[in-house]
Amino acid sequence: MPGLARDRMSLVDRLFAINWSFLLLLTMIAGIGFASLYSAAGGHFDPWAGKQMARFALGMAGLIVTAMIDIRIWRKLAYPFFGFVCLLLLWVELKGHIGMGAQRWINLGFMQLQPSELMKVATVLALARLFSGATPDDVRNPLFLLLPLGMIAVPVGLVLSQPDLGTALTILMVSGAMFFLAGVSYWMFGLALAGVAAAVPLSWMFLLRDYQKKRVETFLNPESDPLGSGYHITQSKIALGSGGITGKGFLEGTQSRLNFLPEKQTDFIFTLFTEEWGMVGGLGLMALFILLLAYGYVMAFQSQNQFGRLLSAGILSNFFFYIFVNTGMVMGLLPVVGVPLPLVSYGGTVMLSVLFGFGLFMSAYVHRDTKRQGMD
Amino acid sequence: MINRDTERYHAFTRRALLLGAGKLALFSVLAGRLVWLQVVEQEKFQTLSDKNRISLRLVPAGRGEIVDRFGVPLAINTRNFRAFIVPEQTQDIEKTLDRLSKHIPIPPEDRAAVLGEVGQHRPFTPLLVRENLTWDDMARVEVHIPDLPGVSVEEGEMRSYPLGAATAHIVGYVGRVSQAEIDAVNKPDPVMTIPGFRIGKSGVEKQYDEILRGQAGKVQAEVNVVGREIREINSLPAVKGTRLSLTLDADLQSQCQDFIAREKSASAILMDAHTGEVYALCSHPAFDPEIFSKGIPADLWEELLSSDAHPLTNKIVSGQYPPGSTFKMVTALAVMKAGISPQATVYCPGHYMLGRGKFHCWKGGGHGWMDAVQAISQSCDVYFYEMANRIGVDAIADMARELGLGSRLGFDIPGEGTGLVPDKDWKRRRRNAIWNPGETLNTSIGQGDVLATPLQLATMTARLVNGGKAVKPVLVRAIDRIPVRENVWPDLKLHPAHLRSVRRGMEAVVNERRGTGYGARIQEEGFEMGGKSGTAQVRRITDAMRAQGIKNEDLPWKFRHHALFVAYAPIHQPKYVTAVVVEHGVGGSKAAAPIARDILLAAQKRDPRKNRHQNGEE
Repeated sequence: MPGLARDRMSLVDRLFAINWSFLLLLTMIAGIGFASLYSAAGGHFDPWAGKQMARFALGMAGLIVTAMIDIRIWRKLAYPFFGFVCLLLLWVELKGHIGMGAQRWINLGFMQLQPSELMKVATVLALARLFSGATPDDVRNPLFLLLPLGMIAVPVGLVLSQPDLGTALTILMVSGAMFFLAGVSYWMFGLALAGVAAAVPLSWMFLLRDYQKKRVETFLNPESDPLGSGYHITQSKIALGSGGITGKGFLEGTQSRLNFLPEKQTDFIFTLFTEEWGMVGGLGLMALFILLLAYGYVMAFQSQNQFGRLLSAGILSNFFFYIFVNTGMVMGLLPVVGVPLPLVSYGGTVMLSVLFGFGLFMSAYVHRDTKRQGMD
Repeated sequence: MINRDTERYHAFTRRALLLGAGKLALFSVLAGRLVWLQVVEQEKFQTLSDKNRISLRLVPAGRGEIVDRFGVPLAINTRNFRAFIVPEQTQDIEKTLDRLSKHIPIPPEDRAAVLGEVGQHRPFTPLLVRENLTWDDMARVEVHIPDLPGVSVEEGEMRSYPLGAATAHIVGYVGRVSQAEIDAVNKPDPVMTIPGFRIGKSGVEKQYDEILRGQAGKVQAEVNVVGREIREINSLPAVKGTRLSLTLDADLQSQCQDFIAREKSASAILMDAHTGEVYALCSHPAFDPEIFSKGIPADLWEELLSSDAHPLTNKIVSGQYPPGSTFKMVTALAVMKAGISPQATVYCPGHYMLGRGKFHCWKGGGHGWMDAVQAISQSCDVYFYEMANRIGVDAIADMARELGLGSRLGFDIPGEGTGLVPDKDWKRRRRNAIWNPGETLNTSIGQGDVLATPLQLATMTARLVNGGKAVKPVLVRAIDRIPVRENVWPDLKLHPAHLRSVRRGMEAVVNERRGTGYGARIQEEGFEMGGKSGTAQVRRITDAMRAQGIKNEDLPWKFRHHALFVAYAPIHQPKYVTAVVVEHGVGGSKAAAPIARDILLAAQKRDPRKNRHQNGEE
């Protein structure tokens, strides 16, 4: 009875059950990030690469610890955790109102925590919890769906009011993926898409802030304002395009080294990387991402419980949306919405929350044979 | 329950595979975009990237030197020191300037200019605080550099003119480029826009500006987004401007300037009768050309502009005067060419009647019987009235043009005057009137409408004494040490006997007791000169003045006649010719002839054939 055996897995068992080759893939991607940050600082570990490596180490440790905690405990913690992050968001929101301007983080001393990043993981966790407890009939019932919809409305509303359109959309997309995986009927997605199509003009008129509209406008025509808002996209395309097939060489990216490329260590790190490593490097990094995701799905399929499967696929989808929005943005396919490239971009919260997410993912894998018992 | 989970598992797998496929599709869009940007559009973005990062900086070339015929420098570049301040390297720019001003004076307006510029440039752009610092200034600042954060002293070049005012009119000067000068050029040399770049503004400096300027060096530098230079990628060294050797003789030029400086306003030129080489070309008053290079103070500029002695005008090339009696050689040659013998005589009773018009000779008592040689030496007006009346103005005008009057000679410095040789055709075209015979008489003695520059008068004299060769003034001897090809001047086909007569007349002017220039003769044997005086009326002499006996020298300075003298030496083998004009100097023989004498004497004594002083270049 492997399932029963798993219930009584020792710590060492669990350690060995961790998929170390998956972690190796994560480390390779993070390694590309370190190299790029080293290059962004002109060949120095200071100020970015060194810190990023420390954070990765910390996050990796957290991942392993998270992975070794029983999946059932995570399942129990799903709603409290979701509620806690919602409170953090609310607190940031209130503090922002009291203090000056939009503040999106909480200062923890050693790092600045952005609750909105954590929210993506919390949402996945909470939705996995919710859908794993529902029968297929529940899921097909539109009235039942009001519950998860109402649940995600809270963080989306809070994040939007920050205002952080990029994160809000990511939460929505991740939630959509969760709904989809849980088995929500196709026609409802059709309805939702139609609703979005109708909402776009309305939100343009009532919801979007001026700077958000400006971003969309410059995305549609970046050359209209090459020195203003379009500057980011224009310079990013120049950097990327001038990299060519084989790139300008490590530490030789002129656009980034000479600071023509803004935000090179955060949102535009993919540009920096592809300027120096060219199409070969860019496709290589994408291949690594694809490999990671594919491998992740293979691992997710092995889970014997719906919670673990939904949680795993949700974490992978969240990871994917980061990648898609970020690379699409720096290549001028999507508007600049301020989404980092996970594991690669400089930033503590994203690194830690992504690794925490993979910790949950890994916990589902470690405890993949856990069945039903205490799960439904 | 197993069934329920199996159903969910199947649904999940289906959906997950679908989602995975969707993600893969999106990835291929991203990959496609990456390939599009980095392969298809690579070239376009490479260009844009280079445009971003590479900036071209020009390094002005050293200006070519200008030297005299012996290699004596006339215009050179001297080191000068400039103090700069880099705003970002000092905490408090005002305090640093205060401290700097203890070592070198910083006028309040310069200080204000520096402070005003601080916000207008990148913080790493050096701002010029003071120019033209001496070695001592530089040393004082350098010693205190540790206390002067952001201050640096750089060595630059300044144009300097060793002969100072003596060559101001011929060599000219340089100055900062004006917007008008940039606009005037079709494709302005980019180096012109460099702050502090100087171009030739007058004289040789202007005429030969392009070759003196040299080729600016280019530095391709990599710059960052704020324009700071990160490193040099490529550089093309500047090519120094061409060295220009003039025909001038610095020593004669200086002496000549001293001679004419005895007058309030005068000019003189000394040239070679055969080659046309100009040895000296002076105009007085002059100015210090270095002041222009440094930037001239407004009050001094105003003073130079308003002076009635026109210190900014090169009177040799731009001054146009009625040639007066210096024109009589032209008339004499025209008369001889018309077939009238030089021995033919005219009786001068002191005036000449044309119809009812009475034309006075300068000598009220008359000269008696005059032939061509006597008429020249004693400058008898009546002889020329009579002869001119016989041959007509067109014959005189033709001869004048043959001898170089009435049109530009194509001399090597800007601002050449054309002069004027009137004839019937000119009168019809310009004044729409018929030529009046009286005008022929005025023309014959170089009055009326005739105008000539001293440059033209010197050229005329050279043609008279060099055997009738159509010589023109030449100023450049070598370009980059490569000698300019010597000109072979065409023959004017004047009769040698006629030229001899004219020369005999000019010899007599100074060497015979009755000649008008006897007082200014050269007495040293072998150095004798020949010449001809001229007096150009600024204001007509009226009968009333003649009756009252008002002398011209009693009039206010600016109404007095101009004094002219053209001369050559030595008389037997003419080599040097000179033309001297003393503005409002009253009488040619009295004011201008002594200067001509001094110049010709100085030239002959310096002549390398008689003087061993040689410097290699000659």
